[in-house]
Amino acid sequence: MSTLETARPDGWQTYGDEKKERVGFFTDTSVCIGCKACEVACKEWNLIPEDGRVWTGESYDHTSQLGANTWRHVAFIEQRKPLRVDGDGELGVDAGGDGGADLRWLMESDVCKHCTHAACLDVCPTGSLFRTEFGTVVVQQDICNGCGYCVPACPFGVLDKRHLAPAPDLPAFAKEDGRVWKCTLCYDRLKGGHEPACAKACPTKSIQFGPLEELRERADARLAKLSAEGWNGAQLYGRDPDDGVGGFGAFFLLLDDPEVYGLPPDPVVTTRDLPEMWTNMLAAAGALLAGVTALTLVGGRR
Amino acid sequence: MKLSKLLESWPALRQLQEGDLLGLGKAVQSPRSRALTPRIDEAEHVVQSICPYCAVGCGQLVYVKGGEITHIEGDPASPISRGRLCPKGQASKSYAQSPLREYRVKYRRPYGTAWEELSLDDAMEMIADRIIRTRADTWEFETEDGNPANRTMAIGNLGGATLDNEENYLIKKLMTGLGIVQVENQARI
Amino acid sequence: MPGLGTSFGRGGATTFQQDLQNADCVVIMGSNMAENHPVGFQWVMEAREQGAKVIHVDPRFTRTSAMATKHVGIRAGSDIAFLGGIANYILQNERYFREYVEHYTNAPVIINEEFSDTEDLDGLFSGWDPEEGEYSVESWMYEGMEVHGSAGQREQGFKPTKGEASGHGGHGGGLHHGEPPSEDETMQHPRCVLQLLKRHYARYTPEFVAETCGCSVDDFVEVCETLIANSGRDRTSAFVYAVGWTQHTVGVQIIRSCAVVQQLLGNIGRPGGGIMALRGHASIQGSTDIPTLYNILPGYLPMPHAESYGDLDGYVTANTSPTGWWGRFRSYFISLMKAYFGENATADNDFLFESLPRIDDDNSAYWTVEQMLEGKVKGYIIAGENPAVGHANGKAHRLGLSRLEWLVARDVVEIESASFWYDSPEVESGELKPAEIATEVFFLPAATHTEKDGSFTNTQRLLQWHWHAVDPKDDCRSELWFYFHLGRLIKQKLSESEEERDKLIKALRWEYPTHSAIQEPDAEAVLQEISGQEIATGRFLSGYPELKDDGSTLCGCWIYSGCFQDGINQTARKKPHWEQDGYVANEWAWAWPDNRHLLYNRASADPDGKPWSERKQYVWWDEGDGKWTGLDTPDFKEDKPPDYVPPEDAEAEDAIAGDHPFIMQADGRSWLFVPQGLEDGPLPTHYEPHESPFENALYSQRANPRRQQNKELAEDPYNPVNGEPGAEIYPYVVTTYRLTEHHTAGGMTRSVPYLAELQPQMFCEVHPDLAREVGLEHGGWATIYTSRSAIEARVLVTDRMRPVRMGGREVHQVGLPYHWGKRGLVTGDSANDLAHMALDPNVHIQEVKAFTCGIRAGRRPRGAELPRFVAELREQAHSRREQDPRVEPEEARKTSS
Repeated sequence: MSTLETARPDGWQTYGDEKKERVGFFTDTSVCIGCKACEVACKEWNLIPEDGRVWTGESYDHTSQLGANTWRHVAFIEQRKPLRVDGDGELGVDAGGDGGADLRWLMESDVCKHCTHAACLDVCPTGSLFRTEFGTVVVQQDICNGCGYCVPACPFGVLDKRHLAPAPDLPAFAKEDGRVWKCTLCYDRLKGGHEPACAKACPTKSIQFGPLEELRERADARLAKLSAEGWNGAQLYGRDPDDGVGGFGAFFLLLDDPEVYGLPPDPVVTTRDLPEMWTNMLAAAGALLAGVTALTLVGGRR
Repeated sequence: MKLSKLLESWPALRQLQEGDLLGLGKAVQSPRSRALTPRIDEAEHVVQSICPYCAVGCGQLVYVKGGEITHIEGDPASPISRGRLCPKGQASKSYAQSPLREYRVKYRRPYGTAWEELSLDDAMEMIADRIIRTRADTWEFETEDGNPANRTMAIGNLGGATLDNEENYLIKKLMTGLGIVQVENQARI
Repeated sequence: MPGLGTSFGRGGATTFQQDLQNADCVVIMGSNMAENHPVGFQWVMEAREQGAKVIHVDPRFTRTSAMATKHVGIRAGSDIAFLGGIANYILQNERYFREYVEHYTNAPVIINEEFSDTEDLDGLFSGWDPEEGEYSVESWMYEGMEVHGSAGQREQGFKPTKGEASGHGGHGGGLHHGEPPSEDETMQHPRCVLQLLKRHYARYTPEFVAETCGCSVDDFVEVCETLIANSGRDRTSAFVYAVGWTQHTVGVQIIRSCAVVQQLLGNIGRPGGGIMALRGHASIQGSTDIPTLYNILPGYLPMPHAESYGDLDGYVTANTSPTGWWGRFRSYFISLMKAYFGENATADNDFLFESLPRIDDDNSAYWTVEQMLEGKVKGYIIAGENPAVGHANGKAHRLGLSRLEWLVARDVVEIESASFWYDSPEVESGELKPAEIATEVFFLPAATHTEKDGSFTNTQRLLQWHWHAVDPKDDCRSELWFYFHLGRLIKQKLSESEEERDKLIKALRWEYPTHSAIQEPDAEAVLQEISGQEIATGRFLSGYPELKDDGSTLCGCWIYSGCFQDGINQTARKKPHWEQDGYVANEWAWAWPDNRHLLYNRASADPDGKPWSERKQYVWWDEGDGKWTGLDTPDFKEDKPPDYVPPEDAEAEDAIAGDHPFIMQADGRSWLFVPQGLEDGPLPTHYEPHESPFENALYSQRANPRRQQNKELAEDPYNPVNGEPGAEIYPYVVTTYRLTEHHTAGGMTRSVPYLAELQPQMFCEVHPDLAREVGLEHGGWATIYTSRSAIEARVLVTDRMRPVRMGGREVHQVGLPYHWGKRGLVTGDSANDLAHMALDPNVHIQEVKAFTCGIRAGRRPRGAELPRFVAELREQAHSRREQDPRVEPEEARKTSS
């Protein structure tokens, strides 16, 4: 598909002169300390409801996954695996006990990928999901009607309808909401020239915000350094503009395969064939449009 | 709504007009999205503060509007924290506005089984009276072996590690003046 | 912290967080920095990214270990063995930084002939008095000279009426031209400190370390080699610690062990070096500098003891060191009395010294609780602390509170220490009944940091001002407001009193301007008093050298003097770091003392005043200008040349030579060996924790002989220890800690929705082998018990919580965060309910980092069944112990003599 080969996000071109440099996140998990400042910074800024108080037993992760009420989520993976590719305990630790296998604790702050080719955008029937002038993907809460088409369209399971549990101690949030919510890459902050809340808070700059091109260069250099140092499994995820979603606007440096973090190894935009379908249907749509316009004008005169 | 306006707001037409045939970008940008501004830009004033949790001493910016805190985030000017905060520091607005925060004095009388209301002024008077009474009842001019004591051993004061220097200064000064020596804080903990 | 204070002169971190980026190696031990100081940890990450080694030595594999280049797991409570092993490795292999050690430490000083080491006395130093259970320090002194420590028990051995115990006829000799009378520059004399150290540590071999700490010889040697390779003229290594070191019955001596290592490696006073003490509360450093502590007055001036000093002169003499900056003790004290009592304190009335309240040897918080339990304490005020959850043996604290006549609790939320009378484990079990509790409780809502002006002193001695942003609502008030108006009311009510006991409170200077509708006191006015003024003119002082001993200056805390110099609130300076030259950022806030960020920085230059190397230059002597200069305020008299030799009769700071950087010390040197100031010995020695499943591999003296314990206190029973029958009921080592997502006793985080959800429940961390051994299920429940209590927790089975293998035995460690209690959005049992109240003797800190416990699957018994369950196990254990109790050697010695 020709559209998939370009790194230009769908819909971004429509801004013409108002178009801004495409920005995104580079999340470098090799320096993530798992503090979850990003989760809280996001919630404080975006006034997101609490996401339940459930102890999961999944290492130190009790918010479990991205969802309508958690837009940054830190995954914790405890592994019996050396941190160095040569099996050296350097950078890792001898776990002792029986096997003497090395122990490492991976932490990764996940977020909406802001795909170059975003299926959620394609399937949204109301125009609620849209591409911003910064090349990011945002749900417009004043438009979303909660139809939920976007939910299965996302290859990462990011989009989620908000279901508010009764929260007696949170009167401000205690109202039902059927809309879909996700990371906006702090659209309002970007408009004011501020970096997104999570990136600003991150104590070790595991989350880096900036122009996507610059982030990609930074990531390449970082990967080269880690590879030279022999870090086991270091790889970039979502950096490649030629992948199934045209590259992520928010991409990652991982220390193991994506599956280990619960991420799809080879995500594909679920609406891959949509552009062709659109082309075929455009004529029909045009005809319909003309008809409806005529009807409306008549109606208006009445 | 005027007809022309209605037409302009009709997505299909906007899509055509703005070259956004698929309705992915500018054409579907809502008025709210177009007008969006970050609420920190609407703050009436911004106050430089310091995080109240651990002793790293991160700088905070407290944004205020209408007498309420609207947001707290890191102060980039701090040479220690460079604008960054941990989850606790980042949650300090929620701490200050906690749903469990208490705003009124609560009083429990001896053998009482429930809290009662009490005015702050009355509470202050009552506390002062109790200190004076207990102190008078238990004053020691001398220790058992005849050394000077000048104190009461029946009153203690606990706390300080989360307080300001100026507050700790007044506590130690007042307690020393009152002959209360059991003054302690979390530095032991 | 006297571990640092006695070694170097000041009880604060020797360096600052940003300087960690300059380290070539960072050893984090006794700290989980990534989790508990995440934002400060960015500077460790900066160092790591530049190639520095980051070593984490800790019983647990934490988020810090995950970021380290090396993690070494050790048994909780074995830190002195590990650090002593490093010292031994350096000494045996002659790998110390010779020039630094010879000139800047007391390694060449010859110690009193009477001194005997623990190696000679099976775990005791000379001077032990088995009757009193205390040391006397004469035999630890320098040969021919008696010296005051800069911190800790400064009066130890100098208190006039201790008479027999001290036996001092004065201070003995002093320095001769800046040097102690008896020295051996070759450091070969058998009684010089370096040789004493060598003998003291000789048995701390890598094999001993491996056996005692449960790590491998290879890992240990690798740590030693890494440290040594990254120390010296051109490289520096830093240590980072927190309460993982302090919360032991040997806490101060663990920190002393680190001080010994860093002195031998020449890493103090230099960029990328030092000992970074990480405090856990916003102003915990401040609350010791301006103490809310019983035993000191502001600026570490000792509270007068009940023993009679005779008069002011007696007290001053007992605390004045003839040499070093403590030589000006009188001016610090008189200026404080002027700040406290103004014109009421005069030379004629000895500045009201006679009327000051006196303390006993221990009137600390745990002692107070014992007094509460006995009904001797009637009233208690708690402000911003939650002992019912945060203190060891929470149950003893809650029972103590129930025996008060009145309690004032001030906090932002209703903490467990305020609700104990209707909502506590004891009410649940029926041990307390609300209708039978006489305590009158006042809960007063407090203001948050955003609702008041004031300064916090952070972990690197930096005073940072925070401005008021919004007004506190309704009844919420700052502590400044509460204590000021409380004092005002009391003084008003006593204004007509003729009682002798009211003399001092009537004399107290208590006038501060107030503002706003609620009459909030002006915090800056208080800071001005702290910083100090010339009384006649009102001129703000520039620093403590300006303080006078004649009553013409006032100063509320001499080490903070100058924080309001030129009438400007120096702590409120907020010049962005990017507008400042260099990373030290001297114009951001204000560091004590005298805005010095890296302490003892004269040591960053060699004895001649030149940087040790270009790479590690920081402060040096500028020959042309005739002064010290560099990146920071020199921590040295600016114009004292490196070749300055004090005249024979020099006093105070003038007696310190130009090549001795530790200006607070009586001899200007850092102390490898501490002759005065510590309760439990001049050198750190490995002892087992108060409760431990192991023998002391070195001595028959099992645990710190000087540790504080109260065997009589029914509310604080101890588990039998190794070698005693009954110990098998509590076979595991338990360690408690914090998580990133919560703060201490939880009052500030369990009430915050976004934090509550991140760690929503109390849990325990156990190794899969332990889970198998006792049938624990991941995600299920466990009951953890000690002689004190039993709690329940969700079970997190993880490889990160590894067991230790020692002497062919495998011993498991149980990890317990301690954030939960009965109140809040998320609730749970309190780990501190399990802990005992045996304490470090120097600082009265509890041992919650290493004690023993039992663990079994399932939830704990409810209601009255809970105390019954605990008591049954305890009685079983104690009755077995009674059949064959372990007799501590000091007791055996006492009986046989």
